[in-house]
Amino acid sequence: MDESNDYLFSRREMLVSTTLAVTGLALLNVTGAEAAPVPVSQAKVSFTVNGQPHQLEMDTRTTLLDTLREHLHLTGTKKGCDHGQCGACTVLVNGQRINSCLSLALQHQDDAITTIEGLGTPDKLHPMQAAFIKHDGYQCGYCTPGQICSAVAVLAEIKAGMPSHVSASLLEQPQATNMELRERMSGNICRCGAYSNIAEAMSEVAGKDS
Amino acid sequence: MKTFTYERVRTPAEAAAAAARTPGSKFLAGGTNLLDLMKLEIETPAHIIDVGKVGLDKIEPTPAGGLRIGALVTNTDLANHLPVRRDYGLLSRALLAGATGQLRNKATTAGNLLQRTRCPYFYDTNQRCNKRVPGSGCAAIAGFSRQLGVIGTSNACIATHPSDMAVAMRALDAGVETVKANGTTRTIPLAQFYRLPGQTPHLETILEKNELITAVLLPPPVGGVHIYQKVRDRASYAFALISVGAIVQKDGTGRIAVGGVAPQPWRVETAEQLLPAGAKEFTAQLLQGARPTKENAFKLALVENTVAAVLNEARH
Repeated sequence: MDESNDYLFSRREMLVSTTLAVTGLALLNVTGAEAAPVPVSQAKVSFTVNGQPHQLEMDTRTTLLDTLREHLHLTGTKKGCDHGQCGACTVLVNGQRINSCLSLALQHQDDAITTIEGLGTPDKLHPMQAAFIKHDGYQCGYCTPGQICSAVAVLAEIKAGMPSHVSASLLEQPQATNMELRERMSGNICRCGAYSNIAEAMSEVAGKDS
Repeated sequence: MKTFTYERVRTPAEAAAAAARTPGSKFLAGGTNLLDLMKLEIETPAHIIDVGKVGLDKIEPTPAGGLRIGALVTNTDLANHLPVRRDYGLLSRALLAGATGQLRNKATTAGNLLQRTRCPYFYDTNQRCNKRVPGSGCAAIAGFSRQLGVIGTSNACIATHPSDMAVAMRALDAGVETVKANGTTRTIPLAQFYRLPGQTPHLETILEKNELITAVLLPPPVGGVHIYQKVRDRASYAFALISVGAIVQKDGTGRIAVGGVAPQPWRVETAEQLLPAGAKEFTAQLLQGARPTKENAFKLALVENTVAAVLNEARH
């Protein structure tokens, strides 16, 4: 390829070609002949994503996160650490927030999954999406889909009366105070540090709800 | 991740039988720890038995007046169960102090008990670790050991058990109900459930191969003030440096189990007779025989001070 055209490669294409190159090397054994590929196990699963039913047959190792992004092309859900530490991959499963990177797709037979694409659309934003825009609840935006999915679930958890680590009482109805929101959102990391604005966006939505 | 075959089972007995049938299999419940370890190829099962939908997701009262917690009850559901919040507050508090909302929604009761250590040398496959590769040595003892164990450890392993929930369960005298591949069941007191590392740190519990946890049993509530005090490097979403799970009665007697110091929740029943005398006397006996490293010796004082704070809080 002409070197001057290198910039036309998108970051994703670059990553794909790098991966292929590495895989190609790995398949060569010492004599230079191609090794037999490792047999891959496949299995079936069906669930709905944002109301749409899907029947899939896939490599057993595929996480829910990779299924959403690479197979269903719902790229709103982001891969951050891929180890359940950052929260960028947060989605709602049967109304509960989970790290989609720490879940096999196969574990979700008959589940109802909601991603950021299912919460709202550019024309009809979810109130939490609108509040994030109004309060500048992001800078680079990479963690935002996970933050918003988590935030929606947090308000539902408070409304349902579920206590947190910072609740003074285990038995009284918790309130959406700043401390409560920060504790409950601790599984969503934001490297840009938009935390205070995220908490303000959530407070506004919580106020409207009550 | 290494490739594996996969099956879903419908009953606990089916699960145990499937495991006996297929060498190299592992049970998968919530997956929050196992999948992470599989990505790092620290766990490499050839076959996954998904027990997620075998119906062990209920919390029921027992005839004795306690609770039977299904093995698959999530940390969220257990922490929020009203009788748990009311009568076993220590358990709710410990659960809510652990992990994040997302993880607690998937992590299960049995999975929490069986989660592996977070010792950084166990996670780093370039390092020597007797727990990960038996006989390879322990890089932690002369390494960064600030987070690691001070008691119950050995010259082969100083890893800690990372669970908050297990600390509460230990103070509550929980029992672990299981089914074996041949269909027989048993209940193991949590006090006897974990093994100390000795020279075999890769063997962490007394469970037999293919034995499946079906429930955790709590005896009837004992009243008292329930406190779980966790000390960590940040205020949320961090493992404990140390934690103190306490049930203190009006007369000053009580029970205390401690987390973050040992390969299992650390409780010494005979030391509890010293609780009315104070934190210093109690902690001296609780941690008798401790062998801290230079980096984690602070944990001894931290336990004593935290016990003092907890006893003080219980009086008010």
